[in-house]
Amino acid sequence: MSLALVVMLPFMGAVIAPQFAQAGRTAIAIASSVPSLVALMTLFPYWERLAGGNAVIQHVEWLPQIGLSLSFRLDGLALLFALLILVIGILIILYARYYLKKHENVGKFYSLLLLFQGAMLGIVLSNNLLLMLVFWELTSVVSFLLISFWNHKQDARRGARMALAITGGGGLALMAGVLLIGQIVGSYELEVVLAAGDQIRAHALYPITLALILVGAFTKSAQFPFHFWLPHAMQAPTPVSAYLHSATMVKAGIFLMARLYPALAGTEQWFYMVSFTGMITLLIGAYVAMFKHDLKGLLAHSTVSHLGLITLLFGMGTKLAAVAAVFHVVNHATFKASLFMAAGIIDHETGTRDMRRINGLWRYMPHTATLAMVAAASMAGVPLLNGFISKEMFFAEALELNLPGIWAYLPPLVATLAGIFAVAYSARFIHDVFFNGQPKNLPVFPPHEPPRYMKIPVEILVFACLAVGMFPAFSVGPLLFIAASATLGGEVPDYTLAVAHGFNLPLLMSFAAFSGGLVMYSQRQRFFDFHERFKEIDEKAVFESVVTWVGNLSERVTNKLENGSLQRYALLLFLTAFTVTLWPLTELGFSIGSNELSPVDYPSALGALVLIGAAIGTVVMHRQRLTSLILLSVVGLLVAVAFATFSAPDLALTQLSVEVVTIILLVLSLFYLPAQTPVETTAFTRWRDVGIALAAGIGMTLVTLALLTRPFSSISEFFLENSKPGGGGTNVVNVILVDFRGFDTLGEITVLAIAALGIYSMMKYTKLQAPATDRLGNPWSKDPHPTMLMQISRPLLPLALMVSVFIFLRGHNLPGGGFIAGLITAVALISQYIASGVDWSEQRVKTPYQIVVALGVAIATLTGVGSYAFGYPFLTSWFTYASLPVIGKFELATAMIFDLGVYLTVVGATLLALTSLGKLSDPSTKVSASHNEGGV
Amino acid sequence: MNNWLTAPILIPLLGGVLQIFMSYAPMQLRRTLALTTTILTLLAAIVLLGLADDGSYRVYALGNWQPPFGIMLVLDRLAALMLIVTAVLALFCHIYAFQKTDTQGPHFHTLFLFQLTGLNIAFLTGDLFNLFVAFEVLLIASYGLLLHGGGTTRTVAGLHYVVLNLIGSALFLFSVGMIYSVTGTLNMADLAVKVPQLSSENLPLVKTGGLLLLVVFGLKSAILPLCFWLPRAYSNATAPVAALFAVMTKVGIYAILRVYTLIFGENAGELAHLGMNWLFPTALFTLAIGVIGLLGSKKLKTMIAWQVIISVGTMLAAIGLTTPAGISAALFYLINTTWVVGGLFLLADLVSSQRGSADDRIVTAPKMRNNALLGTLFLISAVAAIGLPPLSGFFSKLLILQAATPGTEMVLLWSVILVGGFFTLIAYSHAGSIVFWRNSEGHIKHDGKLGLPVTLSTAGLVGLSLVIVALAGPINRYTEATAAQLNSPAGYTEVLQMPVVTESRR
Repeated sequence: MSLALVVMLPFMGAVIAPQFAQAGRTAIAIASSVPSLVALMTLFPYWERLAGGNAVIQHVEWLPQIGLSLSFRLDGLALLFALLILVIGILIILYARYYLKKHENVGKFYSLLLLFQGAMLGIVLSNNLLLMLVFWELTSVVSFLLISFWNHKQDARRGARMALAITGGGGLALMAGVLLIGQIVGSYELEVVLAAGDQIRAHALYPITLALILVGAFTKSAQFPFHFWLPHAMQAPTPVSAYLHSATMVKAGIFLMARLYPALAGTEQWFYMVSFTGMITLLIGAYVAMFKHDLKGLLAHSTVSHLGLITLLFGMGTKLAAVAAVFHVVNHATFKASLFMAAGIIDHETGTRDMRRINGLWRYMPHTATLAMVAAASMAGVPLLNGFISKEMFFAEALELNLPGIWAYLPPLVATLAGIFAVAYSARFIHDVFFNGQPKNLPVFPPHEPPRYMKIPVEILVFACLAVGMFPAFSVGPLLFIAASATLGGEVPDYTLAVAHGFNLPLLMSFAAFSGGLVMYSQRQRFFDFHERFKEIDEKAVFESVVTWVGNLSERVTNKLENGSLQRYALLLFLTAFTVTLWPLTELGFSIGSNELSPVDYPSALGALVLIGAAIGTVVMHRQRLTSLILLSVVGLLVAVAFATFSAPDLALTQLSVEVVTIILLVLSLFYLPAQTPVETTAFTRWRDVGIALAAGIGMTLVTLALLTRPFSSISEFFLENSKPGGGGTNVVNVILVDFRGFDTLGEITVLAIAALGIYSMMKYTKLQAPATDRLGNPWSKDPHPTMLMQISRPLLPLALMVSVFIFLRGHNLPGGGFIAGLITAVALISQYIASGVDWSEQRVKTPYQIVVALGVAIATLTGVGSYAFGYPFLTSWFTYASLPVIGKFELATAMIFDLGVYLTVVGATLLALTSLGKLSDPSTKVSASHNEGGV
Repeated sequence: MNNWLTAPILIPLLGGVLQIFMSYAPMQLRRTLALTTTILTLLAAIVLLGLADDGSYRVYALGNWQPPFGIMLVLDRLAALMLIVTAVLALFCHIYAFQKTDTQGPHFHTLFLFQLTGLNIAFLTGDLFNLFVAFEVLLIASYGLLLHGGGTTRTVAGLHYVVLNLIGSALFLFSVGMIYSVTGTLNMADLAVKVPQLSSENLPLVKTGGLLLLVVFGLKSAILPLCFWLPRAYSNATAPVAALFAVMTKVGIYAILRVYTLIFGENAGELAHLGMNWLFPTALFTLAIGVIGLLGSKKLKTMIAWQVIISVGTMLAAIGLTTPAGISAALFYLINTTWVVGGLFLLADLVSSQRGSADDRIVTAPKMRNNALLGTLFLISAVAAIGLPPLSGFFSKLLILQAATPGTEMVLLWSVILVGGFFTLIAYSHAGSIVFWRNSEGHIKHDGKLGLPVTLSTAGLVGLSLVIVALAGPINRYTEATAAQLNSPAGYTEVLQMPVVTESRR
């Protein structure tokens, strides 16, 4: 897995290198260059195999289910890019050692740089498209962090975010494209995809696949209309600009086009999309570069333009053009990286990058000037330099392109025009910076040559420009050949790398470009004046305002929808329920099952009428809270009566006691609330709500009618049969509660316990001011604990407790049980609180109710756990019969212990909740006291 | 029968009860006991995961009553997965609470452990009515937790939450009633057997019940238009509670998965895939509204709350594909999003504790004391939440996208997810660059020192994203097996034949 190692090395370096930050910049720079050197040594032995035109593929499965594998591929193209990344990487690391200041966070810088290097190597060495995608997006994220390295600067932050949005967004498009390729080919492995070119091109999804992948490539490689992020990424420290934004990352899109060339290229769609995008980018970049006063701005736009050139070459679709494209990748990387480094040196030494101020530097830094001028000449395409050779090839290919009719003239014209611009801005770079009078108002004056070692990376790259320019076949010939062969998928056309191909049309175009460019530069003032007339668009500001606009729009939409109104949310809930059940309900219609409707007797009819009346009354009177509460209790009581009538005594008893407790609870809360609900709704919303309520009621009536009239066979027969023999009780309801479905009961008492604890927690630190008077303005009674009430309630307590013990004990066989008994006890105790006050009662009940609650849940749970000991599952019950003198034969059942837990929980929870509410303020003392004071 | 099945329910239940008894004990002791409980719950979940991974169903007949008459617990791969996701999240949230949350009001640990009890019952129960009970337990506990710490905004948002959920509970009862009235059973396996045999005159009742149930689960999982209670409730809760709630919406999703693959699944005859035609479009709209809410957020915590809604939409869209691949992808995504969003909530709290009055608002403020650490954690969790490589979010998104089959469905799913992802990227980079980079002069007087518990738990939860990547292979195999298991519910219905413990008096 040596290829995986090559990719991993920089990642490991990213972790290790920052440890050297304390040891100084030199130490960390040396540490950071180790991964690159080791990687180069690892790649070296492969040369022979690759020279034979083979590809090395190393494969480890990772997530075969989604087609993602750790598979790496080294072929000519990958090697060419890997070398660029590694070699320029080392130079950048060296350069940054002198570029960064001592106080800066060098550890972070080198770490990010190495992360980037690893991600970039990952892209070029991946043999799996999904794996490539992983690294692809990783470069976007890391480049975001590198651009914003000086994150205290607003421009840096904005530039970084813009770059992330564009390249990251493009990555998403690429993701879709790659997934489509996977759908078409059935694999993401490159060797399969590259071999399936015909299949892909013939597929119905080809156009959309191609478009998505190209969006990915174009965003990364700053092609029109996505080119604008690149110039703004120049807020990054210059080593980053040189590395990411000229030599490597922006070439990732180009690499992708080269990589997928055999799979995607060769169709009309490819030709039009790629070549026209390239053409436009080429022109726009070159044109704008001329007007940039910022050194790095000029270089950035020139980079855009050159990327357009390479794209155009790929778009042309001929094999020679592809060779030229690959060649220009190398050439551009060398001269542009060295130019950026030179620009960085100038910035470093003069404190500015404004070409209107830095003039005449030749006198101050001749060495740097010489290097920069050679590189700039290469950028302009001066013979004997590498830029010239690939540009000649480009011109030749532009001429070869046979577009129909008058369009045939377009490519050569565009090429020449772009050439003119390139010469002009290169001339400006050379003349403005190094000649053209004296420097004006430099922040640092006089400028000096930079440290010796800072120039070494530039020297090496400039040397490469010269070497390739003069001895192309010798210096890059073999590498270019295998790269081109890998790009084209095997067959490489005949081409010769030579300094000059004799006197021909491309040379003429070069000549035209030169003279045109120089003329243009000499007349630059006119062009500047012309350009001045157009308002310059600051893409960053536009981007910001778009983001802000989207944010504000979203906020408005959100606020409209999520307006914090409970009524709205409840309405939505009901409407949703209606919408989804409407269709099945219409299917159901007015359905009465096979059971006959039972006859109506007068008492039931009367009860029903009162029930309906009370329910309507509750709603109508809801603004009068106390009245409405009384009506509500009528509803509750009638329901209890109904239960009793339809032979459900347990339910009736439960309902009755629950009703009592609930009403007390509500009265307690009403004490702190205004007596009347203010009118806050319009007539429309009220009628709307009436409509909804009616609809819900009708729906439920239909459903109830349908389900009660159907013959019913259910698991309840089992319960009836097994209640006595299996559960040991004749009261089926109770046996269901404590045995058949004891787990439900355990859950429900837990709910009760939590509710009480929740109320306790909520109220503990809440202190409310009790109202001084009742709603009519009358003072409260001066006697909060009337003697009569006290006298009646106290003897009631033992009686009530006895009743609850009775109800509890008989529960297993007759109506009753822990739940009801608990409520009865609770009511009896509450009446003491009401009659005699909180203080009096609390002096007598020493156990905190929380403990009672806990005890209840614990007993119920542990009863269930007890069955483990006998080899039975949780909550298995056991019972036997025993007899004692006097009492006679009686039943002993574990279910009773469980029921005791229920009982305790109910008592504890009810009292905990009610006393918490009762203690919110102490009305019995405070309010009456204040009245006494007032009165006396 | 394997008593381990009750462990994830009984451990937190008894631990919670113990906490009530210990109300007056020293905080340190209570914390130790509470943490022990959570760790034991996690261990139980791990044991059950090991059991479930053999692909068989394990049944536990509570009270030793033969299903369908008693309540049964059923352990399958899905249940085990949910248990482990919850237990891991809970452990980190619980540790976080030790810094100060648990002293902001009484009974924090009790409520927290009861919450776990409720969640675990919901995942294990094989009974529709018991699922209702589980929902009640977790609802009431979550309400208590939501209000923990007090304050007006918290109380109002909490009130909305509880009122809506009470309406939801009522609807749940209605639907259970409708289904029971015709099928005569509450046991989910039994229901799966009975539903396909329904006579045509009874069909509309079960259909109504089934669809109403979907509304209830939709409310729990916060799908459009039932999601608007969530942002305020979550963003106002204390951090460990909000983080724990990352799993609450997943309970709704779990219930949807369970009920609509088992009872209304492939084999349900007339009612096969009931309501699933609603699910897919609704999910996409939910995703979209989540992104809009995220973009419009002015505070970090609100942002993360909307992120919860985004993940709900994403998951349900994948489930709405009604293919095993879609379900598997949704489950993978579920693991990722639950932990990452939990981590984000904790992180947002740390951020707000170091920014004084700026709180978690996305505005300029003095530099935070631990800017670099918090910034790095934010970067990692944001990358995972957006779904950028190389973190877990990317893989789960990839799985979801791959699950779609070519056609309109694919176009819709891909475009909503990818465009949504793009806007999320913009929102996170915008928020992050302001909060961590755009600093004003000055310093905060009481900048919260990062204690060990909070740092550890936040970093741990965020770091899980890396663990998911490292274990992506095994996890994906597990979720695929889970989806396959869900897709063949015949195995589930066989649990009805399970014998109870014999040699009994019965």
